[in-house]
Amino acid sequence: MTLRSPLLAAFQGLEVLLDRIFGHRWNPLYQLGALGFFYYWVVAVTGIYIYIFFDTGTTEAYDSVEYLTNEQWYLGGVMRSLHRYGSDGMVLMMVVHMLREWAYGRFKGPRWFTWITGLPVAAFVVTAGISGYWLVWDKLAQYVAIETSEWFDWLGIFGEPIARNFLSPSSLDDRLFTLLVFIHIVVPLLLLLVLWIHLIRITKPQINPNRGLAVGTFVMLIALSLVEPAVSHAPADLGAAAGELRIDWYYLAIYPLIDEIGAGAAWGLVVCVTIILGLLPWLPPRVRLQPAVVHLESCNGCERCAEDCPYEAILMKPRSDGLPFKVEAVVDAELCMACGICAGSCPTATPFRRRSALVPGIELPDRSVADLKERLLAAARGIEGAPRLLLFTCGHSVPAGSLSLEGVGVVAQPCIAGVPPSFVDYVLSQDLAEGVMVTGCRNGVCEYRFGPEWSEQRFAGARDPHLRKRVPRERLKVAWFAAGETKALLAEIAGFREALAALPPPEKPTRAKQATTAPPVVEGEGAESHV
Amino acid sequence: MSRGLAYLGQAIVYGLVALCLGAFATWPSYRAFPDGKAELLLAFSHNGQRKEECRKLSREEMAEIAANMRRSEICGRERLPVAVELEISGEVIYRDLLQPTGLSSDGASQVYQSFVVDPGSHEIVARLRDSDRAEGFDEESRATVVLAAGQRLVIDFRADMGGFLFGGEAGG
Repeated sequence: MTLRSPLLAAFQGLEVLLDRIFGHRWNPLYQLGALGFFYYWVVAVTGIYIYIFFDTGTTEAYDSVEYLTNEQWYLGGVMRSLHRYGSDGMVLMMVVHMLREWAYGRFKGPRWFTWITGLPVAAFVVTAGISGYWLVWDKLAQYVAIETSEWFDWLGIFGEPIARNFLSPSSLDDRLFTLLVFIHIVVPLLLLLVLWIHLIRITKPQINPNRGLAVGTFVMLIALSLVEPAVSHAPADLGAAAGELRIDWYYLAIYPLIDEIGAGAAWGLVVCVTIILGLLPWLPPRVRLQPAVVHLESCNGCERCAEDCPYEAILMKPRSDGLPFKVEAVVDAELCMACGICAGSCPTATPFRRRSALVPGIELPDRSVADLKERLLAAARGIEGAPRLLLFTCGHSVPAGSLSLEGVGVVAQPCIAGVPPSFVDYVLSQDLAEGVMVTGCRNGVCEYRFGPEWSEQRFAGARDPHLRKRVPRERLKVAWFAAGETKALLAEIAGFREALAALPPPEKPTRAKQATTAPPVVEGEGAESHV
Repeated sequence: MSRGLAYLGQAIVYGLVALCLGAFATWPSYRAFPDGKAELLLAFSHNGQRKEECRKLSREEMAEIAANMRRSEICGRERLPVAVELEISGEVIYRDLLQPTGLSSDGASQVYQSFVVDPGSHEIVARLRDSDRAEGFDEESRATVVLAAGQRLVIDFRADMGGFLFGGEAGG
């Protein structure tokens, strides 16, 4: 039990519920970052429209926003509301995304980079939002402007206190609004750059939500904008104190906090929270991963491992050993998450090899393919009861320990895509079991991002290495479960075993048959592949 | 789950997100300043006098300075702190000795202090000392102001405009 456990359980429960409601592909919890991007584009497009009508000036700013809100409510007003709620949505998605990644523990090891670069993303989003609130120049803007100035003045680094700019209307200059507009445009543009850096270590990041989810979200925003349009407070009046304010808590929660605890304490809090979040990846318990290793004598430079790695940790570089291939795989240990997906993609990682030791082109040193074969054989030998089922699972779905069932042998790898398809073929062709079940995290929850997706594509023949056509598909079951869905998995296992029992007995391999169906002498055989 | 039930569920989820967005965009409201009160803001930036008097350079000293850098007098950088006092209806509500800013203590002394007061008529006296005199003040201004609830009155000090300004108006 850790501090994260209750939150993780809550997320897992919610994910299962939303899977039922939205279906797997539309589940918003699997696309929080992409939804954040979607809100960003909504804000960007509506911002361009608002900018066309916005006047920079101490009185003109308010008047132009009022014109949009009231005179042009059907378009300008809706645009302003979309701009407001889209910005709020961005913060909401960002916070939930961050909490979810924290709950799943996805901030340690090589993931430190994505976690750390998320912090400036948050800072840029909040800065852009706050600068937007200044531009309206109503009572809320006045409060925000004065509070922000006083807060920064506390640092004592400015020759003249910034807050003196807001003593009276005469101390305000129209050019201030020009500067604010500039900030309000430049900061979101810089945010894009920071987002690019945030995603730089991730292969194939999803930056757009699925179309259905995007449409649903946009319709929701439109409806909200019509039901509860964004409106201004009374115009700013530096001769009157800010009274009752309808605060946007997504962006402005810090200001009441400053009022409550003081500017110095608020700075202290912000600095402490930033430091704690920044140090999180290196706080105990430390994650010690053993990065994948390349065995050049088995690597033919097919590039599949580089193609499948979810973290850009494998590069293809010119051959260094003189073998007649153009390139070889090179692992960047700093980026490797030790998921083993590379081993699952390697055509030489096949259990049918007999003539030479089972040393594939790439594998995890502490979870080798030879070790996988040994564990598979041990699990198969230990199965009692019929029909025999061999279950491949991952280390982040339903715990393997809770699956000790009669008639079932369990083999776990860090990621399910780390199991080469040839192992499924091997189980059935060698009569190690009557059926094979492949399970692991749900898509979208996968600890290593692409486990279920890559496995399904390999089994369907859409991704190398393919599962051979000779494998009887009725004896293979693929199903994905979250860590808490033990009951559902057990039910699935029971159902599949019943289905297996109803099938005619599989043909037992003879020695001669083995030689023809599973030629053990050819390196890399057992998995169909296309180079 | 049936398709109809799934759509209903989606509508509920979107509705909840919309509620969350709409609600916390404006609610709960926050009172940034107490109801039925007025604000007095003492805010100015003023240079105290120099700690050391400027003095004329002697011919010999001038000769030692490069021709393009020559000036007739030399002044110490450090400034004196500025003492300030604010009195409302006979009661001193603020008194401070404002140190000069800057690493060499050569910057302006600054104050930015807000006071919540009852609305109504107030006799305000503001005093300031920027010299090295031991007692008393160099500047003293008084004004009678009538503050409305929610009003924000700024008390500034501008030496070039005759001293203290109460809401932009010079005091007496």
